[in-house]
Amino acid sequence: MTDTSQRRLASHPNKLPRPKGELEALEAAWELPKGWRILSAVNNTVIGYFYVGAAVLFFLLAGILALLMRLQLAVPSNTFLSAETYNQIFTMHGTVMMFLFAVPVVEAMGVLLLPQMLGARDLPFPRLSAFAFWAYFVGGLIFFGTLFFDLAPSGGWFMYPPLTGTQYSPGLGADFWLLGIGFIEISAIAGAIELIIGVLRTRAPGMTLDRMPMFAWTLLIFAGMIVFAFPAVILATMLLELERALGWPFFIPQKGGDALLWQHLFWFFGHPEVYIIFLPAAGMVSMIVPTMARTPLVGYRLIAVALIATGFFSFGLWVHHMFTTGIPALSLSFFSAASMAVALPSGIQVFSWIATIAAGRLRWSTPSLFVLGFLFIFTLGGLTGVMVAMVPFDWQAHDTYFVVAHFHYVLVGGMVFPLFAAFYYWAPAFSRRALSERLGKITFWLMFAGFNVAFFPMHISGLMGMPRRVYTYPAVMEWGVLNMISTIGAFLFAAGVLIFLVDVVRNLRPTVSQPIGNIWNGPSLEWMHNHVYGPRSVPLVESRDPLWDQPGLSEESKAGRHYLPGTVTGVRETMLTSPIEAIPEALLRLPGAGWTPILAAVLTAGFFMLLTVKATVPALLSGVLAVTAILIWMWESDPRPLARAEIGHGIKVPTYVSGPISHSWWAMVVLLLVAGALYLSYAFSYLYLWTVSPQVWPRPEQLPPIVWPLMSAALLAASSGFIFLISRVLPGGFRNNAAFVVLTALALIALVGGLGMEILAHWRAGLRPDADAHAAMVYMASFLQLDLVLALVVMAAFVIARRLAGLLNRRRRVVYDNLSLLWHYTVAQGLLGLLLVHGFPRLQ
Amino acid sequence: MKSQATLPVAATALACLAGCGPGVQSVMAPGGSQAGQIATLAWLLFGFGAVVLAIVIVALWLAIRGSPRLRTALARETMIIALGLVFPAVTLTLLLGYGVWLMQPDGDHDDRGVMRIEVVGEQWWWRVAYAGATPIASANEITIPVGRPVEFVLNAADVIHSFWVPSLGGKVDMIPGRTTRLRLTADRAGIYRGQCAEYCGGPHALMAFEVVALPPTEFDAWLAREAAPATAPSTDGERHGQTLFVAAGCGTCHAIRGTAASGTIGPDLTHIGSRRSVGVDTMKLTHANLVRFIAEGQHVKPGNRMPEFRIFRPDELDALAAYLSSLR
Repeated sequence: MTDTSQRRLASHPNKLPRPKGELEALEAAWELPKGWRILSAVNNTVIGYFYVGAAVLFFLLAGILALLMRLQLAVPSNTFLSAETYNQIFTMHGTVMMFLFAVPVVEAMGVLLLPQMLGARDLPFPRLSAFAFWAYFVGGLIFFGTLFFDLAPSGGWFMYPPLTGTQYSPGLGADFWLLGIGFIEISAIAGAIELIIGVLRTRAPGMTLDRMPMFAWTLLIFAGMIVFAFPAVILATMLLELERALGWPFFIPQKGGDALLWQHLFWFFGHPEVYIIFLPAAGMVSMIVPTMARTPLVGYRLIAVALIATGFFSFGLWVHHMFTTGIPALSLSFFSAASMAVALPSGIQVFSWIATIAAGRLRWSTPSLFVLGFLFIFTLGGLTGVMVAMVPFDWQAHDTYFVVAHFHYVLVGGMVFPLFAAFYYWAPAFSRRALSERLGKITFWLMFAGFNVAFFPMHISGLMGMPRRVYTYPAVMEWGVLNMISTIGAFLFAAGVLIFLVDVVRNLRPTVSQPIGNIWNGPSLEWMHNHVYGPRSVPLVESRDPLWDQPGLSEESKAGRHYLPGTVTGVRETMLTSPIEAIPEALLRLPGAGWTPILAAVLTAGFFMLLTVKATVPALLSGVLAVTAILIWMWESDPRPLARAEIGHGIKVPTYVSGPISHSWWAMVVLLLVAGALYLSYAFSYLYLWTVSPQVWPRPEQLPPIVWPLMSAALLAASSGFIFLISRVLPGGFRNNAAFVVLTALALIALVGGLGMEILAHWRAGLRPDADAHAAMVYMASFLQLDLVLALVVMAAFVIARRLAGLLNRRRRVVYDNLSLLWHYTVAQGLLGLLLVHGFPRLQ
Repeated sequence: MKSQATLPVAATALACLAGCGPGVQSVMAPGGSQAGQIATLAWLLFGFGAVVLAIVIVALWLAIRGSPRLRTALARETMIIALGLVFPAVTLTLLLGYGVWLMQPDGDHDDRGVMRIEVVGEQWWWRVAYAGATPIASANEITIPVGRPVEFVLNAADVIHSFWVPSLGGKVDMIPGRTTRLRLTADRAGIYRGQCAEYCGGPHALMAFEVVALPPTEFDAWLAREAAPATAPSTDGERHGQTLFVAAGCGTCHAIRGTAASGTIGPDLTHIGSRRSVGVDTMKLTHANLVRFIAEGQHVKPGNRMPEFRIFRPDELDALAAYLSSLR
């Protein structure tokens, strides 16, 4: 426990003048690599720049695809693009926009802005952010490149089987989607872990949850939603790829599979996905409106509750994408009601922003214009959303251009417009020059007019019977005029984006130390004097709008009067604070630049992409090298405990913490939530397929004898026991070292043995995974177990090495704690799997 | 002069209604009861949407430009709760109730008088069978009686398709391994166009069909003709066409009842001559278009499963087209 408390935290903990060399030491610790070596940087500012740039690049690329689509659809029976090319282009447009632009760009804005906004020096796991970024960038570029080799997927961005099975999509396109996007999703999850711990554990002292910037609230909920939503699509991706590669029939009806299983898994992810995209954008609006209206945000707590409600509700809506699949009426009514209910939290946010504008005096500026544009377009989109939430209306509008209009209104209105507002708003915090107000206004009007001209007519053409995903249409349908208008609008919108790019080239001058600064007089901490290390010293926060309510804060921080004005241990540091009250608890040492994250990312991308083109040996080689790079990276982590460090006013905090207070422990727990969500999706899939195809489920006598799963379970439990015993021999010493190695080895043998026994049991009973859907599900449990067991084998070897090198003992035990967490989870998952696979069929 | 010209023009236009132009494919031009109810709901929803959008725009306008008293009122949390929570909660609950009420299928319990038609979605055509003592096989064009509920029993042979005739009602997906159902009733005679509404790869955009609604007596007559085997060819050209049809192996894929051709891989052609279109509603059924589809089908509908038959000479193509046109 720490020895600080709210009462004792002083506003000005440090006296002036600051000691000689303190500032220089801080700057030296945070110095950036020069020249091309900037690629090895890991701090959030540089990675943030790369990340935002990459996301905008994908926006432009996918936008060009859209312009090609609009050219093809501008006139009836057009021959500009063939059907196959068009089908690849619309698939890529959707996939790149949703996976390579929409989620990454809001995550990127989080990486760039969050630490500064919270008064932290960096994100809690800088190398993880670097890895996540490079994995996304390299993987994304390769994926986009498939278009140039006629290898792009053409199954639509939601890739429904059986169309995307091997029989009807025999090429590599679908595999590129499955393996490429699957691996990019891992990048999103890494980002989510980073943001949850960043928001909850690295806020400036005194910045309680109730005083946190609204953008931080949205990033927290965004990250939480990713943790629970993405695993469903990751599982679906694994199932379809196993079906394509090995013939495990999850979605093939003739073998007991079901096409609708994919839809349930995909949309369980897909619906929260759009709120994942919208919430951070709403958070950015909640930061921009108060500054532009020059008054604090009205309805702060209402908005926070609304955001949490949106997060929860959004998980209960997914079937509204399946209203036309013949689902029973009771189910339809429930999901219709839930879909309409989710409009309520959005209503609260919209009127809170209006209230804030009413409470203040809105200044006309480019960010304000984009916010007003957002309010109009998003509200319209939300209203058409209410329309399609009405089941009978959806029976007509589903899969038509009406729905295309709806989702572009909510996505472009709800995320792109706030994003452009954010670019114009935050550029002065990161650039030596602000963007041009004159060009900004032109950009806005072109984008606003262009967007409405492009997409409003689609409501009409949809109701006139035009389905979506059609590469052409006959002239007799009289959709030609509306389509031509849409095409003109699309090019108007593109012209606006072009002007924006001109503005960026002319005016944006990214810097890490001399931005033009707080030209809007914003109230939050990112507007203080900021460098690549955030503020010179971290202030005690006493209100929601610190720069308005605590005068002189920025200058005092710069002079070093606040907490942590230098570097105590000589390396990069930030403060670890308590989740609710933000009381300093520890000093977190952070890594500097290095090559292992980018190497590991490129090699991991290589593994997945080589596997897609079936170059198995090069893929395995790339994978082994990736794991090696990660192990080197991990070896450099977990610095040894040092003496307690003073952060100011005589307050000393530990430099090393382990157990539930450690940020690393928190990260592992979040990872376990992800793994748990993945396994629950699997359990759902198992039970769902049983309801659809009970005829392929075994009778109890067809299962392996019960002694097999009992032995498996015993082995699993034993391995947990051995791991637990290790905690007894953590103190250093030769005999303890030997015991440590033996116990770890025994635990490994038991763990692997438990899995091997389970697979053997089914194989001996004659079950083969490609036989039918039940068999595939049985082996899937072992496949999911195998993933974790392989990771644990590597981790166990690493832990033994740390121990023998004297880097793991009773105090310095984070590495063991993490191993132990993942181990016990894997055992629990394995036991649940045994119960399901061997117990459920015996219930009959 | 003018009045003398309009009469022939009008007559031509009326005559054209039966044979020219596409069927109606619009949600807002209902020809059936289900579509009618949904169109009414649609208008209600548009009205609701317009009102709410107006409220938001006005509130925003007043927040920026309104009098200080008004702006103080708008700046209160009670306003946020009233307009952002209470008002939507009330209106959406009412809408939801209406929507749920509308969802109840009308006359579902009454199975008497319901006609059943089985439709199987294939890449990229429609396999149709009129249920009865002996099912009548057909393809790509569906004829139904006016005023009688028709239950479509839907399946898919390969990938997911969706059966949608907007002027008659909503759509229902056709999912391999499952059977779904859609009940539609045409209130007016006419031609209603439908289109596959679930992306099914390739030329999904060209997978359309027409539903012809006939008054009851005309329908009965039509059904009797459809049940009958194919008309025998009456001219030399037609007979030549029949010989070519058999010799070239067309019967392996296409069935013509009453002849040796009994393939079920492709659309049934027993009465193709009576349909309005060829190539799954890609082109109007004319002699020239039949020739075109046989010889260059891949250019008309790229990716469709019928290969191009360039082995025929022009006179042979003429004979084939004449034969097929005779199959009324």
